[in-house]
Parts: sequence; structure tokens; C-alpha cells
Amino acid sequence: MQALEVVSLQKSFGRRRKRAPAPAIALAGVSFEVARGECVAVLGQNGSGKSTLIRALSTLVLPDSGTARVFGHDVVREDREVRRLVNRVSVEASFFKRMSATENLSYSARFYGLTPAQTRTAIPEILDRVGFPATRAVEPMQQLSRGMQQKVALARSMLTSPVLLLLDEPTTGLDPRSKREVQEFISGMRERHDTTILLCTHDMAEAQSLAERVGILHAGRMLALAPAAELLERFGAEDLEAAFFTATGAELQDDPEETTR
Amino acid sequence: MMRIQLIGLWGIVERNVYLVRRYFWWELAFFVWTVANTLTITFIAKGVQATGGHLDVQRTTTALLIGAVIWSYLGIIFEVLTETVAWERWEGTIEYTFMAPLARAVHLGGMGLFAVLYGVVRTMLLFAVVAMFFGLTLQQADYMTAIVLLAVASVSFVGLGMVTAVLPLISPEKGAQLGFIAQGLLLVYYPVSVMPQWMQWLATISPATYALRGIRAAILDGASISAVSGDIWPLLVLGVVSIPLGLVVFRAGERYAKRHGKLKRSG
Repeated sequence: MQALEVVSLQKSFGRRRKRAPAPAIALAGVSFEVARGECVAVLGQNGSGKSTLIRALSTLVLPDSGTARVFGHDVVREDREVRRLVNRVSVEASFFKRMSATENLSYSARFYGLTPAQTRTAIPEILDRVGFPATRAVEPMQQLSRGMQQKVALARSMLTSPVLLLLDEPTTGLDPRSKREVQEFISGMRERHDTTILLCTHDMAEAQSLAERVGILHAGRMLALAPAAELLERFGAEDLEAAFFTATGAELQDDPEETTR
Repeated sequence: MMRIQLIGLWGIVERNVYLVRRYFWWELAFFVWTVANTLTITFIAKGVQATGGHLDVQRTTTALLIGAVIWSYLGIIFEVLTETVAWERWEGTIEYTFMAPLARAVHLGGMGLFAVLYGVVRTMLLFAVVAMFFGLTLQQADYMTAIVLLAVASVSFVGLGMVTAVLPLISPEKGAQLGFIAQGLLLVYYPVSVMPQWMQWLATISPATYALRGIRAAILDGASISAVSGDIWPLLVLGVVSIPLGLVVFRAGERYAKRHGKLKRSG
């Protein structure tokens, strides 16, 4: 059984009124598979459909057609089972800003059945593992830097022991040191926990260093998905940036007209 | 499985306690505002007398106080339940909470439980503080009957709160305001008989009508539980109907939001 099986997934957004503009197509029949324990990176511009893909796999968006299965469970029909297996880290750390790291992590952990007695030991342990100083665990989140907040976000995702981790640009906007620390933690996590990872990113180096295979998502279509070396060979490119340009005709950092969905 | 859901329910209550603690000064400011607001209503009886009107000031003041206090209680229930979506969206945590493996009924039940606990504490404090301003002597009041009525009515209030909770999910911009309008339709200050016919009809399906009539009878006249049974059974019926209705409406709203991509932080 594959960790993730996505078949012809389609999603468009837009009003269904006569004079409304044509619906924006976020996913135009995306298909791919991810094996258990594998890390797959998906490269795409803003508006390419990366976030919609992550949100559909998180059971937050209902696809128009096609299927997605997480360890055999359909994300629409068996959404509760899928939610037990999945967690995510997104570009925005997203916490109750006045609450502390410990309080935010407790809140999240309860949803997955962790009791106060369990989180009293588990939270300091996981914060220590992501390199978060224990002395700051009781400070309101709004007093922490972006890098610190993102470490707490990683801790939140790992606290629930997900078997599939969805990472949506987890290092965007971080300073180089925080970025490296987050990437090291992600690598270490795979080695320790056999977690399957789907990483959506803008960062070519990050994709190349963390993932076994790299996908190119453009205008809602998965144009290619293969090991980085194979992509370079297929597109006759020296690096992933050139491969992306050859595959899509666009720079990865370009902002197309459509907004991120 | 049930154990996990109960831990999740406790997690919702616990988070709200954290927020009350972290926003303590705001809590205090809002409480003072509610006291001032309640006073402006309860002073009406004395004001009418001072301008030449004839009425039983003590009785009218108490009746107005009960109306204002129940209004405040309703406000808390609706506000807390509406925050199920609105506050999470504002903080940006909505996606994490809604992708957690917590049954929606448990999620909303946790919000409802906290709303009732928090509402009862705030309402009792409010009643005590405002009553001091008027030196009200309520020796004949049957507080047990009033508490029973409030407890039974709370089930219906939570069910209606669930219905309004979905509004910010469907319409991030207008949802919270629509919730306040729904609260406004629950008629608390006047006897139903003074309202236009269509509002009287509306009042028959409003739990506030029965809760207020029963609580006023208990506080003003010392009515026992058996004496207000005519108000308790409609509340039980409304409670049995409103919770499943609230869940069905919320789930339908959630499906709509997922279909249209509205279940996200920015709306």
C-alpha cells in the first residue's frame, strides 16, 4: 500500500453565477504516488496549486473529482481516519498569539488524545528536540521570532506522531540559520520516525537536499515527478531552476496573475 | 475512541480557560462595560417613577434586571460559539483545528460546555453587582428553580449558538454580525404580548421566552419547579430539537466551506 495515492485530482474555485468570471482552476487532474517513508518535494510558483493540494490532503478542501488516499483511506469518505494519520506545517506558523508555546501545544495534543499527564513530559521533550529553549516555553507566542514560531510548529506536528507530514513552504521567510535548523530537523525526523513527507516549496536546494523525488507542479498539472538527477537529464538542465524553466516556461519565483489558493 | 474524544473536549475547554487568563484585563473591561450596560436598562424603572409614572419600582427593576442578565448570558453563549470559527480564523489556527481528528459534535460540545460554565460565572457576578446598586430584597426568590430553568434553557441556547457559529464559516465578513441579529430576535425585555403578531409567533419557538417567564416567576414570586413546569417542557423539547439541528446546520456549512475553499485563515 502506498502512503499517498492521488489520482486525477481536480479542483476549481469560482462563483457559479452567470456573469461571474470563469472558475480558477487550482488542480487540473493531478496524479502521483508517494511510498511509505519517502520524501517527495513539489516545486511550483504561487498559484500553481501546491496549497490546494496540501489542503485537499488535509481534508480541508473537497475535490471536484478524482481521488486521494492516505494509507488506503479516502480523504473525502474516510476523512476522520485520514486526520489521525496526517499533520502539517505551513508557511504561517499559526498559533494563538497570546498563548504560550506550551499552551498551544497542549491544545493541539488534546485533539489527538494526549492527556495533561502525557503532555507534561512530551512537550518539553519535543521542544528540546527542535532546539527551542525551555525558558521561553511559557512566553506568549507573539513575543517569539518567526524562526522560533516555526520550530514550535514543527514540534506541534511531531507531537501527534503523524505518519504523513505535509510541509507547505516550511522555511519560507526564515533567516538562514533557522532555515538550516528546520531542514536538519526534518531530515532527522525521517530517519527516526519513518515519516512520509510531502514538501511543497519554492526552494530548489531544499527540495534537492531533502527529497528523493522532485515534482514540478504548474497551472494545476504535475508536469514531472522524478529524482532530481533524472529531471536534470530529462530537461537537459544544469540545475533544478533551469529544469523548472524548461518544463514550465516560467521562473519559479515569478508571480502569475492568479493568487495562491 | 470515546476516551480520545473526551480528552479533545477537555482540550477545547482548557484552551478557552487559557485565553480568559491571557486576556484577563480585556475580560475585566468587558465585564465593567456589561455592568454599565445592564445599569442603563435597570435604572429605567426608577427613571419612569422620577418623571411621574406609577409602577412597582422594585418589581419592575427586578424584571428588567433578569432580562438584562439573561441577555448577557445569551450574548456569552452566542459569542463563545461563534468564536468556534471566528477567533480561530483571526488567529490563523482554523486549518489545524478543523483537520484534527475530533468529531465536530465534540468540538462544538466543548465550546458549548465552556460557554455555559463561563456564562454562569459571569452572569452570577453581574446579577450580584447590579443588584447591589438597587438594594433589591429578593427574599421570596426560589433560586433553585431559576438555576434549573437556566440549565435546561442552556441546551437550547447552545443548539442555536451552533447554528450561528457556522455563519462566519460561510461568510467571514458578515457571519458574526448575523449571529448578533439572531440573538436580537430572542426578545428579552418585554412581555411577548406587547409585540406584533409575527414576533409573538417567533417567540413561541424562542427558548428565551420560556426561560425568562419561568425565571421571572421564580425570582419575583418564588415559583417552584412544579409551578413553572409549563415553561420547562417547551425548553426540553426545544433542547432536544436544537442540538441536532445545530449540528446538521454546522456540518452543512462546513461542507459548503470546504467545497468553496472558505475553510482557511484568510477566508
